[in-house]
Amino acid sequence: MAQLELFLQTLISGFLLGGLYALIALGMALIMGVMRVINLAHGDFMMIAMYIAYWMFTLFGIDPYISVFIAAPALFLFGLFIQKYLLTPVMKVESILPHNQVILTVGLAMVFSNLATVLFTGNYRSTPVNYASSAWYLTDYWKNSPIELSLSMPWTISFIIAAIITVGLWIFLTKTDTGKSIRATSQDLDAALLMGVNVNWVRMVTLGIGLVLVACAGCLFLPIYYLYPALGKQFTNVGFVIAVIGGMGSTDGALIGGLILGIFESLTATYIGMGWAPAGRFAIFVAALVFLPGGVASIIKKWRLGK
Amino acid sequence: MKKFLPLIIFAILCFVPFVGLSTYVMHILILVLMWSVIGMAWNVLGGYTGQVSFGHAAFFGFGAYTGGILYQHLGISAWWGLPACVVILTALSLVIGYICLRLRGAYFALATLALGEVCRVAAENLVEFTQGNMGIMLRERTWVDKTWYFYVILIIAASTYMLIKLVMESKLGYYFVAIREDQDAAESLGINTTFYKTISLCLSGVLTGVAGAFYMNYMGYIDPATVFPLSEVSIAVVMVVMVGGAATFWGPIVGALIMVFLAEVIRSLPHIGAAHQTIFGIILILIIMFLPNGVVGDFGKLIKPFVGRRTSS
Repeated sequence: MAQLELFLQTLISGFLLGGLYALIALGMALIMGVMRVINLAHGDFMMIAMYIAYWMFTLFGIDPYISVFIAAPALFLFGLFIQKYLLTPVMKVESILPHNQVILTVGLAMVFSNLATVLFTGNYRSTPVNYASSAWYLTDYWKNSPIELSLSMPWTISFIIAAIITVGLWIFLTKTDTGKSIRATSQDLDAALLMGVNVNWVRMVTLGIGLVLVACAGCLFLPIYYLYPALGKQFTNVGFVIAVIGGMGSTDGALIGGLILGIFESLTATYIGMGWAPAGRFAIFVAALVFLPGGVASIIKKWRLGK
Repeated sequence: MKKFLPLIIFAILCFVPFVGLSTYVMHILILVLMWSVIGMAWNVLGGYTGQVSFGHAAFFGFGAYTGGILYQHLGISAWWGLPACVVILTALSLVIGYICLRLRGAYFALATLALGEVCRVAAENLVEFTQGNMGIMLRERTWVDKTWYFYVILIIAASTYMLIKLVMESKLGYYFVAIREDQDAAESLGINTTFYKTISLCLSGVLTGVAGAFYMNYMGYIDPATVFPLSEVSIAVVMVVMVGGAATFWGPIVGALIMVFLAEVIRSLPHIGAAHQTIFGIILILIIMFLPNGVVGDFGKLIKPFVGRRTSS
């Protein structure tokens, strides 16, 4: 029974982690879909958002969950700026090497993580919120439960907020005009241009929204994680691993891929060892590349066509 | 004159140790040569074949660890790592090629980036084999003086240069460039793109591995954080080639010269030293925006303001 308990516990914490991962990957998938660019500075944007939330908490005592409303707009504007003044001009530059924009995001990542080290030192920081260690227990609600499960309070809150944001994104993408233009551009750039979509504006908004999603993820991670300047790289890895598992540029895929990766990582950490969790992440990445190059999105597509 | 330029430079470099430079300057020169080898190796795959790799640390680290493990477990000189890594790196390149070369463009870059990280994590965790984070240390060094190390890396660099020149001026080189320019067109003309991309990857991987094996012998100490890092090797080599000029023979060498000296200068400055990554990142962004083909590739553009109209060809 203890084995089963451990397994279920691992599964649940993996699911909660996966919800947050999905939020990171959704932003990446949006950017990838519209711009065909892999944003290798994605995690570093998250790091910036986390520092914003951290300083809000330390200086003004604002709860990290409230900081979502501060960090997200800030990164949205930042995204517009970066797309307008860095990524769009680079698109027009003639060069031998393709993927100039990808290398540009690498440069951005270097600048951000190093500047953060210089400005805030390399120390590990965390926000000592008072609910950090509180938890919900299954036996509190169901007295005679045969197994005991516990849910960490901040993890649950973060997961629920992540779910709300995801639903919000879904509504935005399917119901609003801007959302529809984003999806159109991601499906077929030329057709979107012909239909009168202002592609440059769509690109700016997409990068902005991608960064908003990752900023939210950062604020939600802050109460349950610690913060240091080099943190971005790890989450960039997470983002693109999920993007590949999910299928390049597919938002549905990113959602499912995030949950898969979260559960998988949680299982690796419990049963093989903490040190191997990153290796497990890449093992599933390579496996996805070899056996399922189209990612989860290709399965979804097949299933839809079958119906 | 231009034809003999490589020979002249080689001859000059042969006499450098007799000038009596300080050990520090010799160290820098050795690093420049080593980075130009890695840069030239990356250039084969990234510059000529157009497959941008963010995972050359995997090859570099594998080369270094080949030497280190031979020394650690078999008790033979780490110099055997140089020939041994040719075999091992070919095998590794074939495996990586099988996994990654089915991907195109930026996804290939991502896959190599991930594989580089896999290698680092594996080296950190396979403690019995690689000593984990403790690293491998050579307890006896071959030479105390840097002169011989300099000659070894000079010969490696010169052979790399000749090999790449030979390959790029043969039919193989034209296939590589054809793949870079348009993979579908190349395929429709009967070029087996996967096969030639694999060859390009093997060549690039083996040369990087040789540089890694040399690094093991030269530095005498390796650990996963120094030979498998993302920013100090994988990204650094991209920067070396981007600054120098992708798909040019001299680009990686010029790039290595600029980057190594720049790194030394910036790191030695007070206050600014801590921010050297920021400065490198800004340089990278500026290069991409204004000199996309590097110092060598855009040489005409670079000197235009100084010499006027003559270089407009």
